[in-house]
Amino acid sequence: MLTKLIRNVKATMGIYEVRKDRVYGLLAEFEHPGALLQAARKVREAGYRHFDTHSPFPIHGMDKAMGLGQSKVGYIAFLGGATGLALATWLQWWTSAVDYPINISGKPFFAFEPSIPIMFELTVLFSALFAVGGMLLLNGLPRPYNPLFYSRSFARVTDDAFFLHIAASDRQFNLKHTEAFLRGAGAKSAEVIHDHGYSQLHA
Amino acid sequence: MAEPATLAPPHQEAPLVTGNLGMHEITQLVSYHTEKRPPSTWYMAFAVSSTLLAVLLLMIAYLFWNGVGVWGNNNPVGWGWPIVNFVFWVGIGHAGTLISAILFLFRQRWRTAINRSAEAMTLFAVICALLFPTIHVGRVWVIYWTLPLPNQMEMWPQFKSPLLWDVFAVSVYFTVSLIFWYVGLIPDLGTLRDRARSAIRRRVTAFFALGWTGANRHWRNYERTYLILAALATPLVLSVHSVVSFDFAVSIVPGWHTTIFPPYFVAGAIFSGFAMVMTLLIIARKVYGIRNIITLDHLDRMAVIILVTGTMVGFAYITEFFIAWYSQVEYEQYAFLNRATGPYAWAYWIMMSCNLLFPQFFWIRRLRRSIPFLFVTSIVVNIGMWFERFVITVISLHRDFLPSSWDYFNPTIVDVLTLAGSFGLFLTLFLIFLRFLPMVAMAEVKMVLPEADPHHYDDHHDS
Repeated sequence: MLTKLIRNVKATMGIYEVRKDRVYGLLAEFEHPGALLQAARKVREAGYRHFDTHSPFPIHGMDKAMGLGQSKVGYIAFLGGATGLALATWLQWWTSAVDYPINISGKPFFAFEPSIPIMFELTVLFSALFAVGGMLLLNGLPRPYNPLFYSRSFARVTDDAFFLHIAASDRQFNLKHTEAFLRGAGAKSAEVIHDHGYSQLHA
Repeated sequence: MAEPATLAPPHQEAPLVTGNLGMHEITQLVSYHTEKRPPSTWYMAFAVSSTLLAVLLLMIAYLFWNGVGVWGNNNPVGWGWPIVNFVFWVGIGHAGTLISAILFLFRQRWRTAINRSAEAMTLFAVICALLFPTIHVGRVWVIYWTLPLPNQMEMWPQFKSPLLWDVFAVSVYFTVSLIFWYVGLIPDLGTLRDRARSAIRRRVTAFFALGWTGANRHWRNYERTYLILAALATPLVLSVHSVVSFDFAVSIVPGWHTTIFPPYFVAGAIFSGFAMVMTLLIIARKVYGIRNIITLDHLDRMAVIILVTGTMVGFAYITEFFIAWYSQVEYEQYAFLNRATGPYAWAYWIMMSCNLLFPQFFWIRRLRRSIPFLFVTSIVVNIGMWFERFVITVISLHRDFLPSSWDYFNPTIVDVLTLAGSFGLFLTLFLIFLRFLPMVAMAEVKMVLPEADPHHYDDHHDS
């Protein structure tokens, strides 16, 4: 039960389990972003769930084609902002009105008006840190090793190439059928990715 | 050599990238400079900047050994050049985040070519800015008293002081700008990793790329984070210089105690920041041959922003005079009359002509597209903006409420060399950035190419 949950959570990050025969998945290359978008839609409609597209830049409309909802980062950032605001309020009130009150020009020990700049700054700071931390968490990054690095052509994904990867952990995955399906969806080429671990990667 | 033509008919947007560059050419053009040996001009520039940096370090060592008496700061001008330099550098450090955050929210797609280098410039300018108040406190070894750290005196910082707000504002600004910049770099670091030939280079770039594979599941969260950071950085960038202006405006010194300061400082910051970005990019695009990515159109648009903000700043200068007259407060009136006609009138008129008058040439389109003119103006603007801070800080202080303590402020050689040295710090960091990191956000530039749009390939454009 718990392992299944962990597996599903990792799948949302794009981290998939390797099959017993060390097959990680099928990586297909497409000509251009338009073809990739069409293919992603077809893959989803065919019922695949453990798949992802890889491109040098975000492609407009891909989230919808892949059936992904709104990113959750916003909630995490909001949580951070609330934390920062609460911390700043507490910090200024406790240090200057409770722990060591000092009378400065007869001003109140604590008032909201002069506290606003620091409340604002810490709200922004914590929102930003939570947003970036949340993004890394939801993406399962840092992930220095990825079995996809075994593909030679995949090095071009950060340059000018467009890939679709269907993981072997998907319930519908079948080496032969899935490859034929990807070619039918317009793939320029398709290769099987084997996972031999990091130590073999650059050997 | 002729500049690539980017003029477009008025009803359509000019291409953001000229020269028919494809995605691979962009990768090649930008990454290449981090991989090969830098041009000889880079080495010459680095020699000059690191010499200046050494001067800065020497001056700081001299200052720490002897104390702040080595500067020209004395009664009544307690805030001399160090604070002038602080405000100057923190102002320059506003353009990067403005370009990356505010122009992003306004969907100004032309920003993609210049945001990376402008953000880097921001970070380095803020480092220079943070240096000055730190060394200005006198007892630099207790600078940590500005932070709310538990200590043996059981004392806490004074949260009602604008100077403490400043500590928070500038350091939060630095931190948020740094992570904003780094998040923007992640996809491009992936590109450098995938192009790396040597094992060391691959390992280092892979470490910082965090295992980026351009996965759409990642882009989804990434883009949302970028949007949130932009939305956070926008009020932040406006707040930083507002808080800096509180250092002055919350006091009761005539010439400082004005409510116009926050918006006026922010406009001035954007003004000087864009000028500095322009100075650096005009050199970099030429030396690195990326004039098809950072086009004449980009410089033209930046010139328009310089014109707008310069005029806003000039308007604020005039408003200050009006308010001084209208207030009927004689100290206030004297402070401003003294600015324009007193012993520092030369500084005031340098400021006026550099900031208000000179940018007005940008009404002329031909001058906005003339590289030599843009370059000269960008430097003139920053000279003017340094004098603006000098005028505000020094002229307001040198004649305070007690005429017997009036004095004429003179900087010392240590003041001059420290300012020159801070340029060394700034330029050294910028040159290191140019050497090792992609100076243009490749992923973002590819995104604004027409072929990045998935519907570019549709047979029927009605879908």
